[in-house]
Formats: sequence, C-alpha cells, structure tokens
Amino acid sequence: MDLNALRYAASHEWAKLDADLVTVGITKFAVEQLTEPTFLDLPKVGQTVKPGQEVGVIESVKSTSGINSPVAGVVVAINTSLVDDPATKRRGNLALVNDDPHGAGWMFQVQLAPGATLDHLLTKDQYDQQIAGH
Amino acid sequence: MSNLRTALYDAHRTRNARMVPFAGWDMPVQYAGIIDEHKAVRSAVGMFDVSHMARFSFAGEGAEELLEKVFTNAVGTMKDFQVRYGLVCNEDGGTLDDVLIYRWPYGYAMVANGSNRIKIFDWLTKHAGSDVQIQDQTLATTMIAVQGPKSTEAVTGLFEHDVTKLKYFFAQPTRYRGQDCVVGRCGYTGEDGFEIMLGNVLGPTLWNDLLAKGVVPCGLGARDTLRLEAAMPLYGHELTEKIDPLQAGLDWAVKLSKPFIGRDSLASANEAAAHRPKRIGLELEGTRAAREGCTLLADESTPVGVVTSGSYAPWLEKSIAMGMVGPNYTAPGTKLLVDIRGTAVPATVVPLPFYKRAK
Repeated sequence: MDLNALRYAASHEWAKLDADLVTVGITKFAVEQLTEPTFLDLPKVGQTVKPGQEVGVIESVKSTSGINSPVAGVVVAINTSLVDDPATKRRGNLALVNDDPHGAGWMFQVQLAPGATLDHLLTKDQYDQQIAGH
Repeated sequence: MSNLRTALYDAHRTRNARMVPFAGWDMPVQYAGIIDEHKAVRSAVGMFDVSHMARFSFAGEGAEELLEKVFTNAVGTMKDFQVRYGLVCNEDGGTLDDVLIYRWPYGYAMVANGSNRIKIFDWLTKHAGSDVQIQDQTLATTMIAVQGPKSTEAVTGLFEHDVTKLKYFFAQPTRYRGQDCVVGRCGYTGEDGFEIMLGNVLGPTLWNDLLAKGVVPCGLGARDTLRLEAAMPLYGHELTEKIDPLQAGLDWAVKLSKPFIGRDSLASANEAAAHRPKRIGLELEGTRAAREGCTLLADESTPVGVVTSGSYAPWLEKSIAMGMVGPNYTAPGTKLLVDIRGTAVPATVVPLPFYKRAK
C-alpha cells in the first residue's frame, strides 16, 4: 500500500480511490492511539453517507471512538472478516485492524456520489503534519 | 501545575510506556498493551508502579483511637503485622476513601488512594489528638505491586525475610539490599501477590531486579481491567461521597457494632437497605463496552440505574460492567438494557465477582 496515494481525514480515516469506489479504513496512527481494538461497528451496506458523518464505532479496552465517512456516497461493501457473524457465531478478526490498518484492516467501501471528490481530504504530508508531535 | 513523577518515571519512559496524568501524577497506562499485560497477571506475574497511592504512618499513644474513629472496620482486633481493608466515611456515611490499614507492634500505616491523598491527610489531621503523629511518606517512597500466580517465585530471594511465607493480608517489615522496606501480601487484581514499599533510592533497582526475573511491567490500564474482573470497587466510580459502603456491597468491611464517623448514618441507612440502590454486576451481549455514566434501563423507556465501571474483560473475553440500580433490579438473572451511545444493549445481572482465582 502506497500511503502517499491515500487521502486522509483529520479524524484519522484514510481513503483510497479506485475509479469511483473509495475504500476506507483508520490510520496506523489512530490504531496506535486506540491500542488493541475490542469492538467494531460498521455502517450498513446501502447506507447513504456524508463527509464527517459518524458511521461506525471502534472500541479498545480504554476508549470508544467514532468512525466517520471521509466522503459522500453510498456504502457498497464492508469488511465482513472484521465483524462478528451472529449466524455462524464467528468472532470478527479485529487483529487485522491492528496488524494491517492500511490493508487487510480496511473497513468499508463507498460508491462516490455524482460529482463528489476526495479533494477536501488531507494529503499524506498534511496528515503527517497534523499528527506530528504526538 | 506539572504532575508529580514517581521514582520509576525514567524506567517507564525507557521502556516506552504510554504516560498519562492520573491523580496528579504522570503514570504509565500501558506498556506493550493492556490485554497482554492483563493476561500476564492472570497466567504468570506482572508488576505495577503504584507509588501514586498515598502512604501514611502513625505513631503515638493516640494512633489506635484515631484510626478506630475514622475507619469503618475494626482496628483494635487486628493482630500485629495484619493488613485490613475498610472505608473512611463522612458524617453522612458517604465514602471519603477506601484504604488499607497495617498494624505494627510500634504503630500503624495506611495506604489510601492517590486521588484522595490530601483530602484524607487533612481528614486524619483534623480528627487527630495531640497524642498522635501522622507522616505522609508518599513522596519519599516507592510502591510496587507484584501480582499473579507466579508472584511468589518473583519475590523469592529478594528480601532478608522469606516473604513467601506471609499469609494473605499480612505484611513484613524487612530489608532489600540492606535497606528497610515493607512487603505486604495483598493486591488489587484478584490474584495472589505482594505490595512492596521502599525508599525511592532503591525503587528503580527493585523494578529492574523484578524485570530480570521475567516479571511483566504493567500499566494502570491493566490494573483497572483486572480489578473490574475481580469486582473490586474503584474510588470515584463504585465509591464516592454519594455512594456509601453498604450500597457498594462492602457490608463485610463496615462494623456497625463499634463507633466510627458516619456509623449512625450508615446504621439508619442499613435499616432501609431494601429500598436503596445497590451495586450490581452485569454481563453484556457482545463485546461492546459499557462506559461509566451509561444509563441502565428496565425496558426501552424506564431508567433504573447507571454504569459505574465497564470494559471489555480481557481474561473473561466478554463485556462486563458494574453499576448502581434500584432495589427491584439487583437479583442475578435480571435482564436490563444498557444505553451505549443511543444503542440499547441487552445485559444480565450476574453475581460478583466476575472472576475468582482458583485456590
């Protein structure tokens, strides 16, 4: 994963654009601040989302943080391997978020709304500046 | 105002502990991770810098009288070298702190919460006669808690006395590398363990000796999840000036048969016990954590209480919480809802503690 190719929200989500499909996760910095995730709630497939809208929750032993959609559009997929599956009682593999936040730990995908872009999001340099000093 | 630092501050920073402000101190909240540290204490042995806890010593003829007056549990019946848990209450029975008292042949000591150090010192001073001398030894001393099933191996050979022979809730004044120290067999994790108090100069040396023996350094984060699984109250959560010890379920540490400050209020409250909110334990569905302040509901529209502590429990691998609820909702098996950021999560009242070590 080329981190320079991603765009970033100040609230620590990353966004990767392929055609009009945006993959979203949380940054390595966010995971390190959060420490080991213990619970994840993701948006519903089909849900319409706006930039900055809280669409999920991630928890660690010590903290609860909202997950915001960085872009406008419709959620078309979630990373089902992360979340519990009540039907089979399979527990979600949250370690993926910890181990590979910019890859296998991706969270959901948004089909961009017509005309929507990622231009309002931070570049890697801008995001690095924001988290510098922490 | 900058925070106080324990003698182990540099040792924490060297090992990349994440430091947070706590009770006026810079303290490590975690090293590698809360979950691994928690499991190390349950399965082997971990250690905590608890130097932020308040340590007072008492000398003089009036020491026992003072402690008997401010402590809900009995002091006069303690044996030399015994350690006893109890509460300090105000006149209304509200809890000022939960503390341990140590009885020596030559006086007494008390360990109180770091967040209450000044308040309790002032309270003790206010109620002390001229025949008792109280010293706050907190800033001059280091306190390390060694906790876990392998804690006896960890402390073996470190002290002049064989502290592994200590009974639970007894303490031994002894020497470490020639310097006076105190080792008590007690803790705040639900495991067997030791709490060691010594002068600051040798604090880092003892920490390093324990590291060399394979003891896992742990932060206050794991200390909190460990005490929650063991259902031990935390001051400011299950105990406050608004929550008295009887509501917190600490009847065993309150001797209404002796006089102490707050006794009369607690005795009248006890007669109305059936009508008062009480501390309960909850197991939640799923792994989402209930946090302090979450409302407890009997059904979608009927609030009946509040969460005082809650977390994902690393050893039990489920979401647990303690809270205060009205008298009709305390029976184990009672179904409640926890309002977590607008989502009603089903929960069941369970007996406390959540976790008890095998004897």
